[in-house]
Amino acid sequence: MLSVTDLQKTYDTGDEALKGVSMDVTGNEMVAVIGPSGAGKSTFIRCINRLTEPTGGSVKLDDVEVTSLSKKELRNARRDMGMIFQEFNLIERLTVMENVLSGRLGYVSTWKAFRRVFAGDDIERAYEVLDRVGLGGHENDRADELSGGQRQRVGIARAILQRPKILLVDEPTSSLDPETSREVMDLLTEIAAEDDIPVLINIHEVDLAEEYADRIVGLRGGQKVFEGTPADLDESARGQIYRGEEIPDLSTGAQQSAVVEETAGNAPTDEGETRRG
Amino acid sequence: MTDYETWERRTPRQRLIRYVVTLLLVVAAVASWRALNVRYNYLGSAPTEFMDLVNRMYPPAVGYSTEIVSPLIETVHIAVLGTALAVTLSIPVALLGATNTTPNKLGFAVGKFIISFTRSVNVIIWALVFVIIFGSGTLAGVLAVGVRSIGFCSKLIAEAIEEIDPGQVEAIKATGANSVETAIYAIAPQIKPAFIGVSTYRWDINVRASTIIGFVGAGGIGVELNTAINFFQWQRVLTILLAILGIVIFSEFVSAYLRRKVR
Amino acid sequence: MATKQEERREWSRPTAFYNHYVKWAVYAVIAVFLLWSAWNMRISYARVMEGWNSGAGLVTSMFPPEVTPFKMDLLVEGMVESIAMSVVATIIGAIISIPVAFMAAENIAPRPVYWVGRGLITVSRAFHELIIAIIVVKAVGIGALAGVIALTYKTLGFFAKLLAEEIEDIDEGQMEAVEATGANGIQTMLFGVVPQVMPRIVGLSIYRWDINIRHSTIVGIVGAGGIGSTLINSFDKYDYDFFMTIVLAIVAVVIVGELVSTYVRGRIQ
Repeated sequence: MLSVTDLQKTYDTGDEALKGVSMDVTGNEMVAVIGPSGAGKSTFIRCINRLTEPTGGSVKLDDVEVTSLSKKELRNARRDMGMIFQEFNLIERLTVMENVLSGRLGYVSTWKAFRRVFAGDDIERAYEVLDRVGLGGHENDRADELSGGQRQRVGIARAILQRPKILLVDEPTSSLDPETSREVMDLLTEIAAEDDIPVLINIHEVDLAEEYADRIVGLRGGQKVFEGTPADLDESARGQIYRGEEIPDLSTGAQQSAVVEETAGNAPTDEGETRRG
Repeated sequence: MTDYETWERRTPRQRLIRYVVTLLLVVAAVASWRALNVRYNYLGSAPTEFMDLVNRMYPPAVGYSTEIVSPLIETVHIAVLGTALAVTLSIPVALLGATNTTPNKLGFAVGKFIISFTRSVNVIIWALVFVIIFGSGTLAGVLAVGVRSIGFCSKLIAEAIEEIDPGQVEAIKATGANSVETAIYAIAPQIKPAFIGVSTYRWDINVRASTIIGFVGAGGIGVELNTAINFFQWQRVLTILLAILGIVIFSEFVSAYLRRKVR
Repeated sequence: MATKQEERREWSRPTAFYNHYVKWAVYAVIAVFLLWSAWNMRISYARVMEGWNSGAGLVTSMFPPEVTPFKMDLLVEGMVESIAMSVVATIIGAIISIPVAFMAAENIAPRPVYWVGRGLITVSRAFHELIIAIIVVKAVGIGALAGVIALTYKTLGFFAKLLAEEIEDIDEGQMEAVEATGANGIQTMLFGVVPQVMPRIVGLSIYRWDINIRHSTIVGIVGAGGIGSTLINSFDKYDYDFFMTIVLAIVAVVIVGELVSTYVRGRIQ
């Protein structure tokens, strides 16, 4: 489904945020990407739909090479990738319904979008999705009248309405309290399972990752240093990811160079460490 | 090196700077006053002259007021059309002149230039220019008001555009929308309050401007005012001034109402 | 606004107006008014084309600009007078505005004083500076004095209004703290209010000076001094080359003034 090979991102400042990361997402699994701040998790997710342009490597969605698409083709490809953001990124002054329907913008003509005319099917589905996320009856509320948890649900609804092939989720719970975080994660897993959509999620809270994900990928300093099931994520694995300690065996025989990382805590001079993801 | 026994509000250096600046200001003020060559004898006679004027103006010429209804309506036409023209054109100019929506350096330079140039020329001067080009009449007036307003509106709208939340723009782009749809759904809603505010504010200013561009031949009640003054018909002048006051108050109410409607 | 029709629900965007009919009615009225305004202007295609050519001619006549020594003197003299007018009007205007601003601040002034202050500001803002200039010219005669008075008058409305708003926004806690030490009214103002609004006073002065430069260039059109009279003379004499030269000079001065103003205001904040 999603196949990432040797993905690299070097900023103009020389900052190497991603130094060649490879991984796959198949079927309807949920894969969580974890790692310390500045590891490149957010950059990684954003490179997949090219909100951030990767400087090297390949991203394939169902055999379509995303990195080499033209602008128009990229727009079409983005329709198949539903994104959910840490700051929710709803259009604050518009209603909940408009925010949810904006998921279909990739499918309507500009003129119709201007007049807010969407297909009847889409509107019906929008109502259904709103019911599913527990916001039935709120369709005419303005987005800025909602609580954080409610807003994230609208974000989920918007992404689902795209009928995507994959969900890209960038730290969905960082702006929420622990209880709401769980509700959102429950909802996300439930909907993804119902609609049979794989989820690639960048997440800060390791315990949430362990609880909800089928597989976990650990990034550190722009490189993959761990890949395995939540069961494999024991203390030494965490040490490797978060503190750069040496570990004899890696699940996939990828970059051994990860162990070259300094163990002196979070050395601010490490490239990529000072950037957030 | 703190001397605990004395406390001064400012360091010696700050005091020096303030002293120099104040000195410069005083010099500028005095030099300017001298340059003006004011004749003080006129100043003395001013109050009597002024009272004389007031006496001549009062009471206002009530019968005359029916004659000025048409020019008054023309004045409102000029203000409305001029503002509408400016508001329409100011959107592309603002998009060009905003650092986050401009396509390239040339576009940015063009946008900034248009904004600067149209703002620097007073609406009266624009009126003179357009009277030269198109002859006297309301066309010159509408264009003068419109062109001057482009600079004003675009500058403020560009500032509003630069302050939008880029996250919302990204979210819409991530659904596969094209750039126009992104502008409609992510940029426009964010700048709508500023847009309405700026437009109504400028309309308010334009109503005042439209009342006097007739002085230089660009249509509106200014024409009548100019005639009345030239013929020393002071009571008519008072009538016109009252009518102008009326329109200005009306436009203030309308613009305040519209600005309340949009949060 | 969900209406159930069999299984299909519909949705349309809620509107700020009372309902959709009102919204369409308002739009229709606006459209009709615009069309009526436009029709009233009686623009013919021929006239537009004529104007377009004429405009092109005007632009080309700007280069090279007209610069006989005599006219240059007139230009410089007028410009200097305009700038001098703007300086004096801004300084006097700012000084007068400060007490009026305190009068017009809701949180400081007692009710009747407040209304007087606000009244002064409204009257100042209602009329365009040209109208004030005409009246003042009648009172004190032609020349720069009339211009200074007119500009000062307009400065009052602008400056006092914005300063009053700034005073209304201050942190009252600071003022109360000073009052609590036993200070009298004036002392409370000096220590509790003025420090908070001082940056704004300076910023506004520079901002208004910039605006006054623009206005000082045109009050001369009605005889109130400055380059405006040179401008209108050239216009009346059909000397359009010189006219455009003066316009360019005005634009240059205004842009320089704006750059200085933005720079200094940036340094203060």
